[in-house]
Amino acid sequence: MSRAIAAAHWPQALATILMQAARRVAQSALVLWAAFSLSFVILYALPSDPVTIMLNQTGEASLANAQQVAALRAEYHVDQPLAVQYALALKRALVLDFGHSIQTGEPVAQAVLNVLPATAALSLMALLMALSLGVALAVLAHLDQRRWIRDTLLAIPALAVSLPTFWVGLLLLQWLSFGWHWFPAMGNLGLQSLVLPALTLAIPTSAVIAQVLARAMTAVVEQPFVEVLRAKGLSHRQVLLRHVLRNSLIPLLSLSGVIIGNLLAGAVVTETVFSRQGVGRLAQAAVTFQDIPVVQGVVVLAAAIFVAVNLLVDLVYPWLDPRLGGRR
Amino acid sequence: MRPPALVTLGLLAAILAGCGPEQAASDTAHSDQPVTGGTLRVALDGDPQCLDPHQAGNNTALNVGRQLVDSLTDQHPQSGEIVPWLAERWEVSPDSRRFTFHLRQGATFSDGTPVDAAAVKANLEDVVKLGARSRLGSSYLAGVQRIDIADAHSVAIVFAQPNAQFLQATSTMTLGLLAPSTLARPASERCQGQLIGSGPFVLKQFVHNQAVSLQARTDYQWPSALAEHAGRAWLEAIEFSIIVESGVRLGSLASGQIDVNTSVAPQDEPSIEAQGLHILSRANPGVVFVLALNERAPLLADRRVRQAISRAIDREQFKPLMSSRQKTATALLASSTPFYRDFSPLLKADPQAARDLLEQAGWRLAADGVRQKDGQRLSLTLDYWQAVPILELVQQQLRQVGIELQLNKSTISQVSATFGNGVTPINFLNLTRADPDVLRTVFHTASSNLSNRRPDDIDTALADSAATLQPGLRQTLIDQASQRLLEEGDAIALLELTTVIAHRDQVRGLHYEASSRLQFYDTWLRP
Repeated sequence: MSRAIAAAHWPQALATILMQAARRVAQSALVLWAAFSLSFVILYALPSDPVTIMLNQTGEASLANAQQVAALRAEYHVDQPLAVQYALALKRALVLDFGHSIQTGEPVAQAVLNVLPATAALSLMALLMALSLGVALAVLAHLDQRRWIRDTLLAIPALAVSLPTFWVGLLLLQWLSFGWHWFPAMGNLGLQSLVLPALTLAIPTSAVIAQVLARAMTAVVEQPFVEVLRAKGLSHRQVLLRHVLRNSLIPLLSLSGVIIGNLLAGAVVTETVFSRQGVGRLAQAAVTFQDIPVVQGVVVLAAAIFVAVNLLVDLVYPWLDPRLGGRR
Repeated sequence: MRPPALVTLGLLAAILAGCGPEQAASDTAHSDQPVTGGTLRVALDGDPQCLDPHQAGNNTALNVGRQLVDSLTDQHPQSGEIVPWLAERWEVSPDSRRFTFHLRQGATFSDGTPVDAAAVKANLEDVVKLGARSRLGSSYLAGVQRIDIADAHSVAIVFAQPNAQFLQATSTMTLGLLAPSTLARPASERCQGQLIGSGPFVLKQFVHNQAVSLQARTDYQWPSALAEHAGRAWLEAIEFSIIVESGVRLGSLASGQIDVNTSVAPQDEPSIEAQGLHILSRANPGVVFVLALNERAPLLADRRVRQAISRAIDREQFKPLMSSRQKTATALLASSTPFYRDFSPLLKADPQAARDLLEQAGWRLAADGVRQKDGQRLSLTLDYWQAVPILELVQQQLRQVGIELQLNKSTISQVSATFGNGVTPINFLNLTRADPDVLRTVFHTASSNLSNRRPDDIDTALADSAATLQPGLRQTLIDQASQRLLEEGDAIALLELTTVIAHRDQVRGLHYEASSRLQFYDTWLRP
């Protein structure tokens, strides 16, 4: 009935949708601006400036004289007041120009774009592995109806999520690379070099997926419609795979933002352990050397990904579950 | 989480060790005749960041860049003697102000342009123009007045003041020669690897935080006088991988995924040796790790307090915490520096003498074990970032004589910020350079003056040492300055920086150049 009403008033409905879309885009822009400004304030509040860092990155005593330093400070605008520096940076950021890396002199946008494909491939592979592992575990735990088996299987995520990525990575390296020579220990070359880092990254993520999914399934299994399905003569397996699993996916979808966030954060450690090029590694190096433009570029990129994923999820909700359409 | 992981890696390494030594023993019968070909896989412990030799400062960049450019001269790693490379001979005026170099004929950059006097002039002018961007180079060329081209292969560099260190500076890769077409590019592009040099290797690819690939130049035939062969480099290519985790470098070397590990952690040394892998080490020449005491900091203005700090430190106790190949300091200059002299009697620990000095200076022990004077505690703060485990020990040793040392470890950028404002009482630093003039760079009041001294006789000795290349006189002046700096307690020498690398048995002819960086021209891979 509600559909019939909507169809009758479609120009009005379209206007509502457009309004909602406009509001979401405005919200996203606000989030991006906040991420940029916050990172700017935090980074510039630190007791150093790009030029000082640049002159001391050799790790040994610095030799530059005051006059040369002043010239460099003017070049990087660090002799200007903070507000001026912020305005300059924001103006450039609007056209996606985040300036040049202090460590390497490379344009930040280019530095980030260069490494983005590597991290995207790693995250995607890790996401696929994590989904397979997580869903398999949650389903397995519910397939067998003995309570102790379920409890044992569902204890695994809690354990897996508390394993430090660093340690898991080194352990995998030790066995599968140094010991048995199955996979290379380093590099970005080919699918083979992707397996170990993706697995390392997938383990904690799969734990989160398994936990959330299993909890949702436990709740759905107890709902009346499942009783009805059973009464109609469907087997436990059929009920679980065709109906319960589908109805349990919504909480997982709500978590997408967090999962993507986890993958990006995990990339910092994983890419470092496996000597892979990527956004995480870029961020790690930039933070160590207080390479402000690069850190800002990465922060804004991460915020943009986060915003995009959440926007996408919001759009997908009503399509997956028509009940959510009206509320949003 | 780190220690257990490293322990397990170490254990694994020990297990893998089983087959190593026998293999090595049976193969050494093989010929020791170098062969051409092969790719050397080298692990670096950090991103080179900027590959341009004129701008580069960190060791990984220097290790890569050294293969790409040649220098006017070369320096013998043991004797410190300066020998011909691109310059076949040179003259230095008696006042060490005018340096004339005569270049060898036939050397070319990899774009085909000749290495001539004009190119040398353009390169040196480029370093001057880079200013602070050329962290090392700008100090080498300080006071340059003019550069004269006499003919196509002769060039003279004239300084406003005596500048004896310049001859050694021409042997460093910082003053290595780049093609004029490269010099025309912006500094940042050169950092990213837009580099053409005259070296035995050319740059093929540079991917940040990942790898640097070099390819041998087949028409190369102008190695330094120190080289062990003529013609092209033995290796076909060099593949540098950037591996930041020391455990991963260790495992990769043991499992044969790399040939050379350029940065060995002290705890990994025993397992490397147990596996028949080879370790190569060399002290970095230059100023050792020192505590530079700020003479104008209120607590350190009294010479007796500075001397007490020096006397309270027992370097013998550092040894369990250091690499077995590392040495404690015996002078301000590392033992591998030309004109080094052993001053260990001045560095002898004597806690009782330290206590006496502090008593004389009026510092009395208070109830908390830290000395006080006029209600002020003898408490100093040290901001540092280096991964050197001995500072906690120094802290304990000072505490035993009643001096409190607060250690504040942070990042390099934070430390340079506090350092920049000039109020830090103590600085912890080192500086690599294979010339004793490094003392002047660090301590002369008109230079970095890291002890914040007022001009005195030490300055005179340092300035005079920069004015002479006559070995006897230079030695006397350097000794004089070193001794006075130690006696005044301006700098407390602690330990030498040592570069420790490991390589597989197949790697031959690998050695350090005078500044303890790697030179791969003579390196070859045994098939």
